[in-house]
Amino acid sequence: MSTQEGLPSKKGPLIYRQSIWTRVTHWTWAICLFFLLLSGLQIFNAHPALYVGQQSGFEFDNAVLRIGAVNTPEGPRGRTTVFGNTFDTTGVLGMSGPEASPTYTAFPGAVTIPSFRDLASGRVVHFFFGWIFVGALFVWFLASFINGHLRRDIVPKGQDVRGLPGDIVDHARFRFHHGRVYSPLQKLSYFVVFFILFPLIILTGLTMSPGMDAAWPWLLDVFGGRQTARTIHFVVMVLLVLFFVVHIIMVLLAGPLNELRSMITGWYRTSPGTEAQEGDKP
Amino acid sequence: MSKLIVNRRRFLLGSAAVGSGLAVSGCSPFDFLGQRDNPIRNAMEQANVLTYQAQRALIGDQVLAREYAESEIRQGMKPNGSTEPTTPEYMFLRGMNFEPYRLTIKGMVEREVSFSLAELRNMPSRTQITRHDCVEGWSCIAKWTGTALGPVLDQAGVKPGARFAVYHCYDNIQRTLSGDILYYTSSDLVDAYHPQTILAYGLNDQTLPVSNGAPVRLRVERALGYKQPKYLHTIELVDDLSPFGQGKGGYWEDAGYDWYGGI
Repeated sequence: MSTQEGLPSKKGPLIYRQSIWTRVTHWTWAICLFFLLLSGLQIFNAHPALYVGQQSGFEFDNAVLRIGAVNTPEGPRGRTTVFGNTFDTTGVLGMSGPEASPTYTAFPGAVTIPSFRDLASGRVVHFFFGWIFVGALFVWFLASFINGHLRRDIVPKGQDVRGLPGDIVDHARFRFHHGRVYSPLQKLSYFVVFFILFPLIILTGLTMSPGMDAAWPWLLDVFGGRQTARTIHFVVMVLLVLFFVVHIIMVLLAGPLNELRSMITGWYRTSPGTEAQEGDKP
Repeated sequence: MSKLIVNRRRFLLGSAAVGSGLAVSGCSPFDFLGQRDNPIRNAMEQANVLTYQAQRALIGDQVLAREYAESEIRQGMKPNGSTEPTTPEYMFLRGMNFEPYRLTIKGMVEREVSFSLAELRNMPSRTQITRHDCVEGWSCIAKWTGTALGPVLDQAGVKPGARFAVYHCYDNIQRTLSGDILYYTSSDLVDAYHPQTILAYGLNDQTLPVSNGAPVRLRVERALGYKQPKYLHTIELVDDLSPFGQGKGGYWEDAGYDWYGGI
């Protein structure tokens, strides 16, 4: 909080905003998503292309993304093709590492677990954290339903929708209000993550499993085939990475210490003028 | 409404700290997870046991994998892994057009039996158009014709104590200084007796070609490609997988891939 010369320092009350369930699952997801992303890129490297439909075409072309290396007159280059448009991505995608001894993988070892090519270990890490991720989501949904977090903070209501334009303006001006509950934009973004992105990435992950396809064949129909599911899984990963970037920027802008404290201890300092309630601390 | 003054210097400092943290968190710190005997990795592998048990609980033993229409076969079956075995036994059989080939069922059975290709082809056959899912991520739809494995096992009489079927193959998937490593894998008896588990000798209305596993390969349609061994010659019923290879139940399993292979 800022203090200006001549004005009395005014603080809103310290409120208990994040329950233990929210905090524990939050950090569990942070760890899980880190390992899931990096082991997922390792798995992607085993076949660095994405397709639409049930199968990957070898004798016909249904690829929407392809990352690889090609020989050119100037030597090998990394190439990424998206929807038929090819980009030179040498040094990052397709070909990376030191100039003297480059590696020819889709994603560089700096963003894969392990850093070397090892599909088997990538799968071990991915499925281990996949189970924990799903378990944490189950616990969170149950706890948040019972303790009212879902109703209070996640599911947007009419007034949130009406407040959305104003909140967008406030965010654009870096003007953040630290209230008892989340702002309309916060609610909306968390709602999208919990009710759209998380379920999507889990279900598309399951659609890649031949066992699950036998158990729940509707998965193949909902997502338009195993390869389309794989493509959606990848796209949702990109959206979650974007969410993470925005999330971190917002934490930094809104006051990282206060935000971190609330996610560690549960206690959150509100803006001046926030009405105190029973259970608050001064 | 209060107006929070964003401290730009602090924001930039914070961003720099987060950014540099991300940059050094490249992934070599986690390379120990690639060590096959690392206790943390081994603990993580237990998630695969959970996956196996969850799927077995969720999927009825008789539930079929999806079968596709003829029109969805849009390409030849992609050959992968071994495509031209060079062991003397296999080259001899191939030279003889697989005439002397016999598939043997042995181990924990009432009587060891073996069948020629002609005998297998004379048994009731099953044709299925299914999607082959590779552990690498690609998939391919093809039409497979063969003899259901379950009735073949019944002819040998599986003993009550048997828990796994071990599939032994002709192909030298890997050649080392101390000799060839022959491909093998295994399944539980649920997969072995599944109605779509067939000893396939036909592919896309043709005789199964060498590159796809001639003369006989197994199809286990609810599992990944490495659970569908090519160049199959012996099925051994056992109650313990530890005596084979490195004890993990298969060639790729010995290399760190999960045994169930349903995901």
